Amino acid sequence: MGAGHAHRLYRHGHSPVHALPPHTKLAAVFAFVVVVVSTPRAAMWAFALYAVLLATVAAAARVPAGFLLKRLLIEIPFVAFAVLMPFVAQGERVDVLGLSLSVNGLWGAWNVLAKGTLGVAASVLLASTTELRELLLGLQRLKLPPLLVQIASFMIRYGDVITDEMRRMRIARESRGFEAKGVRHWGVLAKSAGALFIRSYERGERVHLAMVSRGYAGSMPVIDEVTASRAQWSYALALPVTALAVCLLGWTL
Amino acid sequence: MTTPAAPASLEVSGLAFAYPDGHQALFGVDFSIARGERVALLGPNGAGKTTLVLHLNGILTGGAGTVKVAGLPVGRKHMAEIRRRVGIVFQDPDDQLFMPTVREDVAFGPAAAGLKGAGLEARVDRALEQVGMAGFKDRPPHHLSFGQRRRVAVATVLAMEPEILVLDEPSSNLDPASRRELADILRSLDVTVLMVTHDLPYALELCPRALILSEGVIAADGRTGDLLADEDLMRAHRLELPFGFDPRSVKTSTKISTPE
Repeated sequence: MGAGHAHRLYRHGHSPVHALPPHTKLAAVFAFVVVVVSTPRAAMWAFALYAVLLATVAAAARVPAGFLLKRLLIEIPFVAFAVLMPFVAQGERVDVLGLSLSVNGLWGAWNVLAKGTLGVAASVLLASTTELRELLLGLQRLKLPPLLVQIASFMIRYGDVITDEMRRMRIARESRGFEAKGVRHWGVLAKSAGALFIRSYERGERVHLAMVSRGYAGSMPVIDEVTASRAQWSYALALPVTALAVCLLGWTL
Repeated sequence: MTTPAAPASLEVSGLAFAYPDGHQALFGVDFSIARGERVALLGPNGAGKTTLVLHLNGILTGGAGTVKVAGLPVGRKHMAEIRRRVGIVFQDPDDQLFMPTVREDVAFGPAAAGLKGAGLEARVDRALEQVGMAGFKDRPPHHLSFGQRRRVAVATVLAMEPEILVLDEPSSNLDPASRRELADILRSLDVTVLMVTHDLPYALELCPRALILSEGVIAADGRTGDLLADEDLMRAHRLELPFGFDPRSVKTSTKISTPE
């Protein structure tokens, strides 16, 4: 039995970063990513400094480097495209180890790789220091449309219930000798998916009934008020503000 | 029971209802439940039990007749108050528990009614205490066992301090130990209870009085033991006792209170 909302991405801890209110962390990560993206690609040293900043945050959050690097692997499918760029881009070419590569393409690849990695690393840090539920509270506090927050929170609550239903349907299919072997069986799978949709839809109606019975009238009552002191805000925003200084240096130098 | 000074917890009179597709589910239902009574609502599948339950807090309206909760008529005017007073525990706890943690789920009802801060926290603690789930506040509901989820579902309703607790098949899918634990909890509560069930021994154990709803009308109203022992009545309404169960041989430890 999992303790709390122990999502795989979350790493339980009691560091100062864990303790920050979720909405300050969300705002800080968002601002940091915007700053990183707007840095000129030629200022390679600036990206190195950003990496150092993130490493400092990771150290403060007591997230080990190995944990962080392993989570970064999720980026691979997204940057695969970047590796191709030096081969396919047009313009001036340069020879590296007997391969003719495009200079523009190399810069483009570096740009995608560096900015993507920093953005993903910042998000991984956010996810490993903030529980899912807290993230939702943070989004609510940051005035994301309440409907979106409600949809996200129901996704978390009912994800397991629906996966379980799906598993039971698979077992029921297999117990009657069905095995999805090829295209001919897709019809059965599609019908199962349809049945699952209808079941989930009907569950949605029952949940709504239960909510209405307890006084739901269109908006979720605020149960946990998340607030942040000035000190907590300045602590969280130290990251994007420092990054902004680096970025401005990158443009002027 | 002497005539109570307070108005009856629940008063249903002349309630009739037909669904929009023309299927008529209720044909004039009359009964009343005094404050503090525990009453079982028995009846075969399709007798209209669920339809009746959904009338008690105004989810279904628009038929003939009236429903009054502690003297307050169910209607558009007092809907928020009615929903606070009538606590319905639905059959599937996965439908009832929709928030990410137990604590937030129990807080949902009172928070929707405007309670905040320390008062809200105290209400949540008390409700969880009553069902013996105080140590599970920060757990997500889907990580609990089925019996625990059912108990939390009862707590979500108790937190609203209802006038009447309505339970839809409270013993379904529970193992015998969870079933008994729930019975102990229900007995310990000082609240009016209406229990919709097919589990006749459970009704006998918990509810001194029973109603039989059959084909949209109240077919019988009396002491649970007497109704279950009446073989002709039981057969006429498709009610069957489990094999080997004889209601006359059971000594109910609960205080028998005769209705009216």
